[in-house]
Amino acid sequence: MADDRKKLSMTLGESLRQQGVSRRGFLKYCAATASMMALPPTMVPAIAQALEKAKRPSVIWLSFQECTGCTESLTRSHSPSVENLIFDHISLDYHHTLQVASGDAAEAAREAAMHENEGKYIVVVDGSIPLANPGYSAIAGISNLQMLEETVAGAAAVVAVGSCAAFGGLPHANPNPTGAVSVGEIIKDKPVVNVSGCPPIPTVITGVLAHFLTFGSLPELDALGRPMVFFGQSIHDRCYRRPFYDKGLFAETFDDEGARKGWCLFRLGCKGPMTYNACATAKWNQGTSWPVESGHGCLGCSEPDFWDAGGFYNALSIPDSDLTRKTGYVVGAGVALGAVAGALNRSTRAKAAAKHETVTIEDLDKKS
Amino acid sequence: MSTSIDFLLWVRGPGFDIALFIFVVGVLIRLLEVVILGRKPDYSEPRGAELGAGLLTLVTRTAPEGGSFKRSPFTVVGGYIWHIGFLVSLFLFVPHIELIDSVLGIRWPGIASNLVDAISAVTIVTLVAMLFSRLTHPVKRFLSGPEDYLTWLVTFLPMLTGYLAYHRMIDPYPLVLGLHILSVELLMVLFPFTKLMHAFTFIIARWYNGAMAGRRGVQS
Repeated sequence: MADDRKKLSMTLGESLRQQGVSRRGFLKYCAATASMMALPPTMVPAIAQALEKAKRPSVIWLSFQECTGCTESLTRSHSPSVENLIFDHISLDYHHTLQVASGDAAEAAREAAMHENEGKYIVVVDGSIPLANPGYSAIAGISNLQMLEETVAGAAAVVAVGSCAAFGGLPHANPNPTGAVSVGEIIKDKPVVNVSGCPPIPTVITGVLAHFLTFGSLPELDALGRPMVFFGQSIHDRCYRRPFYDKGLFAETFDDEGARKGWCLFRLGCKGPMTYNACATAKWNQGTSWPVESGHGCLGCSEPDFWDAGGFYNALSIPDSDLTRKTGYVVGAGVALGAVAGALNRSTRAKAAAKHETVTIEDLDKKS
Repeated sequence: MSTSIDFLLWVRGPGFDIALFIFVVGVLIRLLEVVILGRKPDYSEPRGAELGAGLLTLVTRTAPEGGSFKRSPFTVVGGYIWHIGFLVSLFLFVPHIELIDSVLGIRWPGIASNLVDAISAVTIVTLVAMLFSRLTHPVKRFLSGPEDYLTWLVTFLPMLTGYLAYHRMIDPYPLVLGLHILSVELLMVLFPFTKLMHAFTFIIARWYNGAMAGRRGVQS
């Protein structure tokens, strides 16, 4: 316990040094964070100074209707890295997925963290909340809705991690049997940051937390409540395959000549044009690659309702239905109706011709 | 959240089906009722061939006529610019070719999308200038009726929304893409019942003028 308390009072700088992170490594992380958040290089010392002195914020992590993919993405991100150490530095006081074996003790830890850090702690949520019936998802006998409302009441801010928490995600997909909703639809009186993605990029969530630690405030958000610095540009605009799109060079299948040459995946259903995320720049697995680079189109996982946007392998603007067959029927119907219209016109003309009375000069003379 | 994705799914699903039905059936009815009606048999002895003259007139009437160019150069030049720009944007933009391929199963090479972008910008500006001219020129204004303004609007909207969608100037993207598709559906629905039909009937009209003159052995 004494050790824990000491840890709590440590600054981030002390904590990182204790874990063997060099000053150089730390500054490199600060520079990377600054560039990732599109801040000028002159901000690097300010970030370093702020992070150095930052105290451990208490974080309560709530998992609702989710698949644990978001937690997997974050805890199994590229370790060991400074991002992970930042994570280690956070006082993660409650994480129901990680603490499931602790039972009541975990619930007690959550309540203690809420009580001790009233008004200061951050709530991270992954998963959507079922409203149709509270019994669809409950933890320790407490419904998701109740737990969220209780926990958020004393929080400084809420970070909705993953597309389920941010927009409802897979549980919210048509026909949405559990009545799943996003965090933002329930929490209206606290700042909610949506870090969407299925799963979201680990560096994006550490970036949001680093911003909070550095500036004491949440980053600028877009119309969907996502941090602009990471979600400000579309995949399509930052895609290295974009020149092929502009030239009209497309892969037609996943193993044709175009696919081997790295041409655009638009025809294979890439949702890059509608998707706002940092994949193209931040990349995955320690900057190794990202979906488009590995040869698969973007699924659009950081956008609301991406599950319902038709087939993953259909281009966004192109109708799903069998248009060629339908067009055939429609042409048939058009020809048939046109023939009827033509026949009607002909009969009208024939009738008019039949009714036509011939007038001779004699007739005209008689009348006058 | 009933979202922009729902809207996009509707316009590219049921909405597109409805528009396609009205467009194809409407155009076919209007063309067939003209063609089937036919003309009275001409018993006079032909003094020339119909075929060559008909085809030639299809081409020659596409070139501007000297007199009208001198009288109203702005209308002629503006008309050419936006017609060509509209056709280039419609038929040479890669995503459009993809759509045509999915409907008709035929495709052709597109051109660079930045080039289409520049051409669309010129087309949009020209369309606005043409409307301005129509509203300010006393004769054009006198000759214009509601249908002229309606056809201008349904031609202009796909260009405008397409430009906004390409540059993603409206958030979220599915909304602006949906608006673009919807504007095209509006064009498709109104097409058979307005003067927009000229895009098909000009062929019949020019052919007939040329063929008739050819048969009589005169220049068309």
